[in-house]
Amino acid sequence: MNNEFSCQEMTEVVTDYLDDALEPDESQRFERHLTYCAGCSTYLDQMRATISHTGMVPREESLPPALRERIVAQFRTFRRG
Amino acid sequence: MHAPEPPSSEAELLAALRSGDENAFSALVDACGPAMHRLALTFVRSSAVADEVVQEAWLGALRGLDGFEGRSALRTWLLRIVANIARNHASREARTVPFSSLALAHEARAERDPALPTDRFQGPDAPHPGRWVSFPTSWPTEPDSALLSAETRTFLAETIASLPDGQRIVITLRDVEGWSSAEVCSVLEVTENYQRVLLHRARTKVRAALEDYFTGESP
Repeated sequence: MNNEFSCQEMTEVVTDYLDDALEPDESQRFERHLTYCAGCSTYLDQMRATISHTGMVPREESLPPALRERIVAQFRTFRRG
Repeated sequence: MHAPEPPSSEAELLAALRSGDENAFSALVDACGPAMHRLALTFVRSSAVADEVVQEAWLGALRGLDGFEGRSALRTWLLRIVANIARNHASREARTVPFSSLALAHEARAERDPALPTDRFQGPDAPHPGRWVSFPTSWPTEPDSALLSAETRTFLAETIASLPDGQRIVITLRDVEGWSSAEVCSVLEVTENYQRVLLHRARTKVRAALEDYFTGESP
């Protein structure tokens, strides 16, 4: 009986696993594989780290002031029109 | 990652907007405007065009406000307007339009390939087909963001910028912006499954790039 995930399959379903999108029996197979495979445990840790590191990428926090001003001015014009 | 802050009552906010309450409008612009602008920037990549897209989106929202039925959250509705206008701009510039049927068909063909190079795994005739040839090399995976240098963040931003459009947009919205899968699908009007395929490929590539970056080895 060989319905275990291979390492290669593990790397293909890891995003489904993290998104909770695997069927319950697949999820169990995924977790069972982790119990005996150090390589896939490392891989999963690295995918999680990739996600949290990506969350640290800098991003613009507010609208450019001139744009904000134009949007509000547009609102006033629209309301009058 | 920042979760959107829901207004105390969306119905109240809508009523205020429809009555022409400028304070309510300004508050909405401050709450949703930055995310709208960042979304526009993932599509058009020129800040001048992104500005135009966002301004046009707000005008569209003002026109559509009376007909807005609240079937989605106001924020999601606004973001969807931005995505649609940004797509129109991209098609006017005669670029490949992310999430158009053509781009989808093209990317879908590529999506069937394995996400990782197959030579990382034992072949079909090996003793253990599909098993790692050698385990992935360890690199720093501590969740402590303080350990992530400015240089690493810049490297990540550049890596994401180099991804194909669909993958780049989905990983930006999911992992940089912290949107839920449902919100991404609703705004981009793609299926959950397709969204996850793009996310998977994007994350796989970013992980490989980080492996290379941290260990100096080829992924």
